[in-house]
This record gives sequence, structure tokens and C-alpha cells, in this order.
Amino acid sequence: MSSYGQVQVKNGRYKFRGDFHRLEQHMPIRDADNGWRLVGVTKPRDMTYVHTYGGEAEFFEALSQGKLLATKCDNPACESKGSIFQPFRIHCPDCLAKNAVIDMTDVAKKKATIHTFMVCARSGAFNMLDKPIRFINVEFEGVSTILFSYLLLGEPKIGMRVVPVFKRYNPTYTILDLSWVPAGTKAEELPEGYSF
Amino acid sequence: MITFSERQLKTPKFMRPVYLVTAGQSKYARAIPEKRTEELCVDALTMAAELLGLTPAELKRYIHSCYYGHFADHFGDQLLGEAVIHDRLGLDPLGNIGIKSGGATGGSTLWEAAKAVASGYSDCVLAMGWERMDEVPTDEGNFLIASAADRDWESPMGQIYTGYYAVMAQKYWQVFGKAEASFRRTLAEISVKHHGYGRFNPFAHGGMEITVDDVLMSPLVADPLRALDCCLMSVGAACAVLCDEATAMELTKDTKNRPLRIWVTAGSHTLRPADRRNMDIPLLPNEAPDQYKDLAKEFPGGERYPGFTGFLAARMAAYYGYRMTGITDPTEDLDVIELHDAFTISDVQTYEDIGVRPYGRGRDYVESGDCYHTNPHTGKPGKLPSNLSGGLIGCMHAVGASGIMQVFEIATQLWGRWAEIHGDKKRWEEFGREKPEDWTDLQVKGAKRALSISHAGVGSHVTATILMDPDHLLKKDA
Ligand SMILES: [Zn+2]
Repeated sequence: MSSYGQVQVKNGRYKFRGDFHRLEQHMPIRDADNGWRLVGVTKPRDMTYVHTYGGEAEFFEALSQGKLLATKCDNPACESKGSIFQPFRIHCPDCLAKNAVIDMTDVAKKKATIHTFMVCARSGAFNMLDKPIRFINVEFEGVSTILFSYLLLGEPKIGMRVVPVFKRYNPTYTILDLSWVPAGTKAEELPEGYSF
Repeated sequence: MITFSERQLKTPKFMRPVYLVTAGQSKYARAIPEKRTEELCVDALTMAAELLGLTPAELKRYIHSCYYGHFADHFGDQLLGEAVIHDRLGLDPLGNIGIKSGGATGGSTLWEAAKAVASGYSDCVLAMGWERMDEVPTDEGNFLIASAADRDWESPMGQIYTGYYAVMAQKYWQVFGKAEASFRRTLAEISVKHHGYGRFNPFAHGGMEITVDDVLMSPLVADPLRALDCCLMSVGAACAVLCDEATAMELTKDTKNRPLRIWVTAGSHTLRPADRRNMDIPLLPNEAPDQYKDLAKEFPGGERYPGFTGFLAARMAAYYGYRMTGITDPTEDLDVIELHDAFTISDVQTYEDIGVRPYGRGRDYVESGDCYHTNPHTGKPGKLPSNLSGGLIGCMHAVGASGIMQVFEIATQLWGRWAEIHGDKKRWEEFGREKPEDWTDLQVKGAKRALSISHAGVGSHVTATILMDPDHLLKKDA
């Protein structure tokens, strides 16, 4: 009987519990066109990676609470002083001082537009989004960078106003907890588990 | 806003001239189950030796250190594959190092190799690149490639790299292409050209005789890009041997390979296009200070630079490379180029980044016929032929090898050996390929200077490799 690998941090170290890999038999690869001679073998591999969000953890925690956090350089000596970064950058890319964390949920609700987009019918293994995926890059007034995300409802257009929605029910604690809908979308139109 | 210090914009300088003396490559294919990667690298090195009339053992006697380009370790489940290749090439115990910079890995490998000779550390070095992506099904392959995007901010979304890249294509398409049907056809023309040139290259596996309509009717991948707009996924290896002047003269004496001066420069830009901040356009020598003041008026939506429409890394590689070698206008000063045509639209974006055309005007390079071996409108030689190998669309994209394949190609042009190497019937047969009845000699007559651009993903790393016949330098102290 196997159990999901689970991890906690205790006394400053990772504590691992459960199974982090599964053992499977190698299989021969044979050449169907040449007398079934041996070409090679398969190497099954199924394992769980463990990964810290470090200084970005509060950003991902906030998504599950319906908040969009960004950061801002407040270093008076920095040439980029006042720059707001979304994606959330822990340190200012110019002065490397620790940025201040700001809540930009309101800005996102009022001043977000689609900078560019892509509707993609394909995906890779381990994809969790419904297809086609409507990738969008969201531009905010007063923010120096542009956020990569996806449109949950509607069809994207460059310049279209969008508002954020959050997966507050059963969050994944990943960037997938944040998505966008066209401005004017009503709460009852949102899929289950998502809210403004 | 990002700004540069003067020190950061210093023109790069090699401490002594560096020469390319030979290069070689394996066959390229979508899959090569009958060979290990090591065997492909042996094929490439053996060919490089043969072009100098040497045995591999004789050539190896000159090599002092080795630079290996291989990007996607995780496809092969083998870390330190460089050590395996190095051992199988019988080059132990010489120093070697692995280099990885996504799609630019081949170019970055040459960058490192060239600096090793320029510094005096080595008098003769091997730059070898390879890749194999044939040993996973498509879904898993897409997942592994998506690991080259930001794992927390991008990859979880669809695990599909094309999606992260294509948002930039969409922006260029709408802003600078104005979503015009005529521009869509120009993109298709690039695919026709590259698949067409690929037909005359025995190493290539993307050769096809197709029409613009075939491209426009091929399956949609990510609007407006279709299957035939995209590069190949390939297996194969390519290598180059770089030397100082004395060794270069010795190795090429009484051979058909003239030693060629080589320079490599590099630029970079954030892994996540999302992090791109606005800045002024760094100008190339053929651009005027006020050149772009009306760009956003002419192309509404083009206010940001590099935004999602330019590749700053390519611009910087050209910025350093042109100043290092004395190039003032690439179209005038160069005779043949190989660009990183990951997609037809990124080919156009690169024309602008490297100054073959100004920003916003890239399509003219194709529409004028300048990019062809023979200009289809005039029947005369194209002004600056590009991707006569077929490029990544028509020849191959075996990631770690691609940047070296490009240099192999432009070197055969400057040696005047293009027809001999690509037309050899024996080679076609050895690769199990049929030489086309209408095989055409794509030698650019009298080619003396060439450039290749090696480019990673959304533009995180880009290198510019410049080759010149030593009797046709543009700058004395380059
Ligand atoms: Zn700062």
C-alpha cells in the first residue's frame, strides 16, 4: 500500500513522510523492422519533487485568500525607486534591496488590461488547465512589468479590461489559483471554487 | 527603465586573433534509435578531421581543451553527459566543460571556446554540441521543455512552452504585422524558403517542396502560427575547431579550408518575458538617434521596448559583435547569414534585432527578395542570403548542436566548399537520403563575411558569431 509523499518543515528541516517514488520494471525496446533485435530499454520513473517558494511564499498564500500581492522598491538611493513589480520580486533588480510587499488587488480590479494573449489547443504532460488554454499577459497601470496568467472565461483581445478571480475553495497554492475574467463578469458566472 | 553604464557597453576585445579551421556534423533526424549520442559526436569530429585531410587521431593531437554544448540533460537521464562524450572521443585527461543556455547552447559553446583561444589558455580547442529529444513521447517532451520556463510562474500553466513563446508572436503579429493577410503570407514564404533549401542539404531532415498555401493550410498550433511555421525537433551533433593563428596556419596548410577569423558575442534577457521593463532601444551603427521616435505612432501598441516584440538579447549580441568587428551595416558588410528561425515570425523579429531592417520593417527583407540565394523577383543573387542550410525549420534543431550547425554552414560558404560538401552523392546515400534531381548549388559566390545568431527560448540568451576571411576584415585591430 502506498501513500502520497508529504512534507513539513520542523526544526528548520524538511520532514518527509510517505512514498516519494514508485518502483517499476524496465522493459526491452525491440526493432520491429529488423528481426526484433534489442535496441534499448525503458526506464520508468515516478517521483515527487519538493520545492520551497522561499520569499515568494506569501504571494502564493495570499492568492488562496483572494489577494494579489506585488512588491515595490522603496530604496531612496535606487534609480528605480517607486517601481512596482508584478510578478512579485523579492529583491529590486537594480539595487537588490528587499522590496516592500504591497497589496495590489484593487489596482488589478480597476486597471488591468490584456497586453497580449495566445489561445493554445495543446498542452504538455501534467497540465491541470482545461483546453484550449487562453494565455494572457496582463498589463497594469503604474506597474513596471507584465503578469503572465490565463483567462478563465470569454475570449481574449489585446486591450481588453480584465479582473482577477481567485481559487479560494480547494486552492492549489500555485500560480493556477489566479486567473482572470472580462470586466463586467458576474459572480454567478464564475465556475465553482472561484471568486472575485 | 533599465540603463547601462559605459563599462557595460565596452566593445569586447579578444587578446589575440581566433580562427575557425574546420567543422563537422552528423546526420540530423527526428529520431536516431540506432545510435548513441556518443556515436553521433564521433561522426561529427571525424568529418571535421576529414575536411582537413586528417584522421581523427591526428586532429586530436592538436586539441588542448574542450567545450561541450548540451541543453536538456533531463531528456536523457544523464547528468555530466559531457564526461561520457569526452571519454568516448578519447580526449581524457584534457580539461572540458559543459555549457547550457537553452536554444543558444551551440552559440554559447563557441563563445566559451573562442575566449579560451583568445586568452591564450589554449592554442586549439574543440567545441562540440549535441541533443537528443527523440526518446520521449510528445506530451512528456512538452513537459520537459516547459521546465525551461519559470517553474512557479509559467510552467504550471499548461506545461507547454509554445504558449509562453507565442504570446510574443501574437503581439508582433498584431502590432507590427497589423494582422494583415499579406504579412501572414510573408511568414509562410519563409517556411517555403527554409523547407526548400533544406532539400539541398544532405544533413537536413526538414527538406520539403511546399507552397505558401500548404503552410497556410497546415494545422494551427498557436494562432497565427501553424505547424509549418515551427522549427523541427532533431537529434544530431555538430563540432568546430578553433585555433590561434600559428596553429590555424599549420592545420590548414595545403587544405581547402582557409582559416577564418571568428568572433562570438552574447546578450541575455529575463527568462520570463513578464519581467521585461521598458528601456531605450540600444542603437546599432546603422541606426540614427531619432530613428524610432515615431515608431509607436506608425505601429500603435509598439510603445514598449523591447516589450513583447523585440529580443533585447539579440540586439545586444549584435551591438557588441558589430562594434567588435567593424560592421556598420550588416546588409552591406555581410555576404551570408544563418538565423535562429524557431518560428517564421521570430525569424522576422530577428531581422530587426540585428539591424538587417529597422524595427517594424523586418518583413521587407523577405518581400524584397534580399534573403534568398537568388532573388525571385530579379533572378539576381540575393543581397544577403539567409538560412541556406534550411535553418531550424528546414534543416534541424538539435538544440545543443544548432548554433554550431549554423557556423558549419556559413564556414562552408566562406571556404567555397558548400557544393562539394552538400552535393556529394556518397553522403546522401550514407545518410539513407535521395539527392533530389533538381539539387541546386547554393554557394554564395565570393562570400567573405558571415554571421549566425543562436537564440534561446523567449530570448534569455543570444549569441552572434561572426566569421570573416582574414583578407577581408573590416577593422584592422579586430
Ligand atoms: Zn531598487
